[in-house]
Parts: sequence; C-alpha cells; structure tokens
Amino acid sequence: MTYVKKFLSDKIKTVPPSGIRKYFDMVIGMDDVISLGVGEPDFVTPWHIREACIYSLEKGFTSYTSNSGLIELREAISDSFHNDYGVDYNPEDQVLVTTGVSEAADLALRAVVNPGDEVILHEPCYVSYKPSIILSGGTPVPVSTTRDNEFRVSGEQIEAAVTDRTKAIILSYPNNPTGAVMQKQDLEEVADVVMEHDLLVISDEVYDKLTYNGKHTCFSSLNGMEDRTILLNGLSKSHAMTGLRVGYAMGPPGLISAMLLIHQYTMLCAPITAQMGAIEALQNGEAEMQAMVREYNRRRRLFVTGLNRLGLDCFEPRGAFYAFPSVESTGMTSSQFAEELLHQQKVAVVPGEVFGQCGDGFLRCSYASSLDELKTALEKIEEFLS
Amino acid sequence: MVMNEILEIIEQDPKKDPSEIALLTGYSEKEVQTRIKELEDSGIIRKYKAVIDWDRVGEEYVYAIIELKITLGDRSGYDTIAHRIASFSEVRSIRLISGDHDLSLTVRGQSMKDVAFFVAEKIATLDQVQSTVTHFVLKTYKEDGVPLFEQEKSRRLAISP
Repeated sequence: MTYVKKFLSDKIKTVPPSGIRKYFDMVIGMDDVISLGVGEPDFVTPWHIREACIYSLEKGFTSYTSNSGLIELREAISDSFHNDYGVDYNPEDQVLVTTGVSEAADLALRAVVNPGDEVILHEPCYVSYKPSIILSGGTPVPVSTTRDNEFRVSGEQIEAAVTDRTKAIILSYPNNPTGAVMQKQDLEEVADVVMEHDLLVISDEVYDKLTYNGKHTCFSSLNGMEDRTILLNGLSKSHAMTGLRVGYAMGPPGLISAMLLIHQYTMLCAPITAQMGAIEALQNGEAEMQAMVREYNRRRRLFVTGLNRLGLDCFEPRGAFYAFPSVESTGMTSSQFAEELLHQQKVAVVPGEVFGQCGDGFLRCSYASSLDELKTALEKIEEFLS
Repeated sequence: MVMNEILEIIEQDPKKDPSEIALLTGYSEKEVQTRIKELEDSGIIRKYKAVIDWDRVGEEYVYAIIELKITLGDRSGYDTIAHRIASFSEVRSIRLISGDHDLSLTVRGQSMKDVAFFVAEKIATLDQVQSTVTHFVLKTYKEDGVPLFEQEKSRRLAISP
C-alpha cells in the first residue's frame, strides 16, 4: 500500500478526499434509512424516455456517435435554449454533448486553465468543482456565501477575490446544496465584474428547470456575457435521468472546440442510448417535467415549513430540491447532528461543511422524496430534538 | 391556477385535508376550504373515490367491455340513449366513441352469465341498439392511472453528491 503510493502523481496527492464519502460509508449496511442525503430525483426517468432508450437498442443504435453528440440532440438542445431563454447556440459548433455535467465542468476547466491560474467559486457548492480546478492545474479561490444573503454571491465579493491571476468564475445557481437562486439583477452585478476584469464564467445551470416562484435567468442571456460564458447543463435533474449521464456545454465556438478536443481523446462520446433518450426528453418531455416540478414545489413547502417549526431555521430555497437549515439552535455542530440523527433515528442528511467550510452549521436535506417519507423524516427529527 | 393545483392534489389523494393542502400549496387553509367548496358545488369535483384492487379481495366478479352500434331514432340523439343505458347500476362507465362502434360501456356483474343476461335482456333489446360486442375482462393491470402491479423499489444510493 505505502509502496505503490510512490507511483502517484504530485497533483493527485493535493486533491482532498470527498467529505461525503464518510457519510456514505456510515449509511452502507443500515436498513430502513430514510434518506434526505440524495442529490438526485426520486422519480424514475419517465417511461416514454426509457422506452426511447429501449427502442434505440432494439433498432441497433449501439455505435459511437459524433464526438459532439448526435446532431438531432444538439439541435433539440439549441432549440430549447432559444425557446426558454432567447439565447442562440449553433448546434454545429456551439453545443457539445458530454457524459453528465461533471464531465462538461472538467472539460471547461481543462480547456481554459493554465498552471497557477485562479478560479473563483462560491461556497457552499457542489463537491466536484474544487478538485476539478486542482486537477486542471488551477488554484481554487473560494468565496463564502452566507445565510444572511440567502447564499447568493455578490459582485462585491467576487470583485474582492479577483487578482491578476484570476481566469474564471464558476457559478452554480440554482444551487446545490443550498437551494439558493440568483435573480437577474444579482447576476448582472457579477456580469459587471466579469466585464471589468476580462474574466470567463463557467455557469452550471443543471437545476435551471427546478425553480419555484420565479423563472431562472440564464447567465449567457445577460448583455455581453454570451462570449464570456461556458454554459453547462444536462438532463439529470430536469428529466430524472441521473444514471443515464447526459450533460452538455454551450459557448463560443473557440472554447467549445477546445473542450471537444479533450472530450474526443478521453470520453470520445456520450453513450448513444442515453443520447437517444435525451432527444425524446427534450422533444416530448415538457408535461412530465412540469408535473415533477409541481410535486417538488409541494414537498418544498411542506418540508421547509416543517423544519422551521422544529426550530431549524431555514431560508426559503427557491431552486433545486434542497433545503439548507441551520442547526445553530440545537447547540450541535452539523456533523454531530448528522451522525447522531443517523444513528438514533436512521435519517440521513449531509452536513453543510462537505460543500465548503462556510457550510458548517447547516445541513443539506434533499426533499426529492415522497411526501410520506418527508413527513416521517420530520417526525423523526422532532423526536431526535426532544 | 389555484384551482388546478388543488385539483391535482385531490385527484392523487382525496384524503388530504385542507390544512395539509394549504401547506403544500402555500395558500391559507381558509382559502383552500373555500375553493374546495366551490369545486364541489360547481360539480367539478364529482365524487371522492378509492381505487380498489378487487382481485386481491378475492371477490368473485366479472368485468366486461361492451361495444354498441346505435341507430339513432327520429327525434333523439346519442345523449338520450346513453343516459338511459347509464341509469343501469351494472354500468360502471359509458362513453361515446369513434370508430366501428358508437358507445362503449364497462359493466360489472357477479358472473359471466350475469353479464351476458344483462346485455341480452336489458341492452340488446333497446330499439336503438343495432348490435353488441361483449369483451370479458380477464385481468386489470392499471385502473384510473393507478398501476395494480408491484412497482420496482427505488435503487437510489442513500447518499450522493
């Protein structure tokens, strides 16, 4: 074990282990756990999409696709952004289909980061950005968002983090783990800083369809941002297709072609079965998607109200499917709370610090579970607190 | 919008009480109560019903789908004959359909003989009914949007990023 470690690269040694792993290991082997620790929909992929996948296999669609992805899929993606946000991406050279958004984020970073370049990211955030920045040779520069500002990042904060070495900013709203969203004027503040300091934005908007009380603003739709944005998205959350792994990146042709270069030498292409399903999802999946969003919204109201009633102060999350309550009133740290809650009541949540140091004191609770499960979870948390 | 939201919840679960519907929709309990009353009074909510898997009860019964060809009389249309047929308690549903036949009914009886006699004596004898085709139901897999077979359990991991 120690012997083989000498073969490891210096770079990989600097990547911190995922904090989420510990909780994953704790839950393994426990029965009847009610899990609020899941970062994916509880819905199974709608049947018409699964059937499109099955049908594609029956017809013998088992080959590679174009490196960029099936042109029909790129066209469907491009059309959906035109219709939803009025932004236009040419399916020929501005859309790249990837194996999930995680790959797209990795490609974007590797395509633009030079050794020593700094990449600003707002925390708490999805666990893979920081390691991906390190693996691309860059230096992550975390900016802390706060409960007081409803976990939005301000232009001022970004301005303060900018140095001569800053290359890019990773934005991820609607946000995992907080459920925070940024309104158009919030994003415009960021855009001003981007313009002033000549920066690039990598905007992960995979939860864009899951917003409540207000429509999402696509970052590249802002004035002047189209040429400065690599837009990342996918079908995992909107169409409950996590395991099928379909994401995509859109941006200026010069950047997308660089990402395509890495993609073609590494991933080659996203799985064709999943791409066929994605075409069906984008062409005929609107009604079922909207039904899922309405259901998430009900769960959100029930769950967030429930948490606040229990004294776990929680701001109103307007996006994704996470609530991010504070455990301050309990006197426990968030990891104590999570571990004890799991052992005593078999309810799994993820402590906020897993998503960045400033997440300490909070819990990420996913409400992508049935109403009955959420009610039981609230009862168990109540029992735990009494 | 308020109405549709409430209806969608009630259609899925008629047992939900107004306080929970209020919690789920963000409207006040009073408003939910008022709206439900309106929906009931206006006949938009017709009835609160359970979907029951009678096969599991072990009850002996027979379901049949019966298609009818209708010759319309001089002064009466489809509505008249459909209302007449609908009045039989054996008839669970009746619809005007396109295609080879005009009316489609589902009928429930205690035995095949029961249903066959009902069709022969009560339906086929009506003046406007030109012909009937009876399909006995062997098994119901999905009823009113509810699958009556076991669903796969979730395969999600308990913790994921």
